[in-house]
Amino acid sequence: MFGTLFDNLDLWGEALVGTLVLFFGGGLIALVLGFIIGAMRVSPVPIARAVGTAYVNLVRNTPLTLLFFVFALGVPVLAGTRMDFLLLAVCALGLYTATYVAETLRSGINTVPVGQAEAARAIGLTFGQVMGLVVLPQAGRAVIPPMMSVLIALLKNTTVAAGFSVLNLGSIRNYLSERGENAMFVLLWVAIIFIALVLLLSWLQRVLENKWRVAR
Amino acid sequence: MSQTSVLYDLPGPRAIARNRLLGMITIVVLLALFGLLVWRMLDTGQFDASKWEAFGYAAIWQRILGGLLNTLSAFALAAVGALVLGFVLAIGRLSDHAWVRVPVAWITELLRAVPVLVFMMLLYYAMPVIGVRFSPFEAVVIALVAYNGSVLAEVIRAGVESLPRGQQEAGYAVGLRKAGVMRLILLPQAIRAMMPVVISQLVVTLKDTALGFIITYEELLYVAKQLGSTAGLDRPIIQSTIVIGAIYIVICLLLSWFANYLQRRTEASPKVQGPQKPLADDGVTDTQLLLTQRGVDGLPGKAGGQ
Repeated sequence: MFGTLFDNLDLWGEALVGTLVLFFGGGLIALVLGFIIGAMRVSPVPIARAVGTAYVNLVRNTPLTLLFFVFALGVPVLAGTRMDFLLLAVCALGLYTATYVAETLRSGINTVPVGQAEAARAIGLTFGQVMGLVVLPQAGRAVIPPMMSVLIALLKNTTVAAGFSVLNLGSIRNYLSERGENAMFVLLWVAIIFIALVLLLSWLQRVLENKWRVAR
Repeated sequence: MSQTSVLYDLPGPRAIARNRLLGMITIVVLLALFGLLVWRMLDTGQFDASKWEAFGYAAIWQRILGGLLNTLSAFALAAVGALVLGFVLAIGRLSDHAWVRVPVAWITELLRAVPVLVFMMLLYYAMPVIGVRFSPFEAVVIALVAYNGSVLAEVIRAGVESLPRGQQEAGYAVGLRKAGVMRLILLPQAIRAMMPVVISQLVVTLKDTALGFIITYEELLYVAKQLGSTAGLDRPIIQSTIVIGAIYIVICLLLSWFANYLQRRTEASPKVQGPQKPLADDGVTDTQLLLTQRGVDGLPGKAGGQ
């Protein structure tokens, strides 16, 4: 069992890097795009709200595998060139996770009691000040735990890239079975690594949660 | 939007002009993206009749229907299994005996931490090593049951724990035993309150059946790939993606709509005093579930009472 891990450290290293690139790349796109979509959904511009809602509803009701399918098989056809699968996979993950980030932000804003915003407006703060000084700081704190859960889901979703020839922890079985390794041991190690990574993120989640708890 | 509209004033003349400008910019960006898509599709000949011909054949639709049937049967079995497992794990975690509670908690956490796809692969590729063979269908269903069951267990547990303590105490006071309190008082209320979240989780289950494509389960996406790479049909990969994607979105939207409908109904019902809190305009999200579990939603009872 340990041979499977230690005899192939090169491949395991590459696979781990692949997973981490997918995680951080996808996470970056998701956070930036999710912030924009979330802002659109609470904005006073009706068209922006409609677009944000349509995006969230459409993408959240699409299987991630289908999104990967679109990017890995559809986009290169439309672009008319071969493209880097890793880049396409990062885009698919980012666009998918962005909807969850947007929803998290929106419900974070909704957890702030209406009275807070009303009080801020009553003492004459402008929209920017209401958001920047009163609503967003509280929403940000409430959002940390669910946002970490979104990131944990993103980490687990990176494995879906395995179906589309991107080397990561999800697809390492393919590569190692060519070296004649036992599929059982390989996949058990993959499971163990994921459990460890998820526990690490949950621990971080708990730490942040306790540090920034909103006292109400 | 009653909750968020408090964030800004009724727009005055300047704000109306600004909002209109922002609206225009949104439309222009959207049109540009759409135009880019149409241009690329035209440029690569995606609108050619030969590319769409495949969808005029009854045999092709039969294959698509077969894929749909496979997707739905995996979903149905996984949904039932996940609900059953969810109840078992939830009741185990709520047990008064540490020797039941602690192992069940560990199992739940373990099942949640392993990615569904890795679990499917373990069943499909790894189990034959020790002589146990699963068909792709079985691997998909078992993995989905394990993962979604453990998530549903947490949902049900959160539902029970968010009930006012008095409910349980009243149950004991009228002489019910533990099982009776759970079965007659706590679970019915928890299920009612958590129903929308449970349905949303079932949407996730439905979406995750698409992972079966990777371990060669012949569901919708598998059919899409086969169709899209058939040279005799001029490789209509974009077209089959559009058709299959539309099918997925319609089924998932129907389920989501059902969850929203239940959400509205439970909110209107005076019988439910669970962790309900009106969201803005749209129904339950995973986020709301997470917030509920973490107790940041201002729940009555245990979870939110710091």
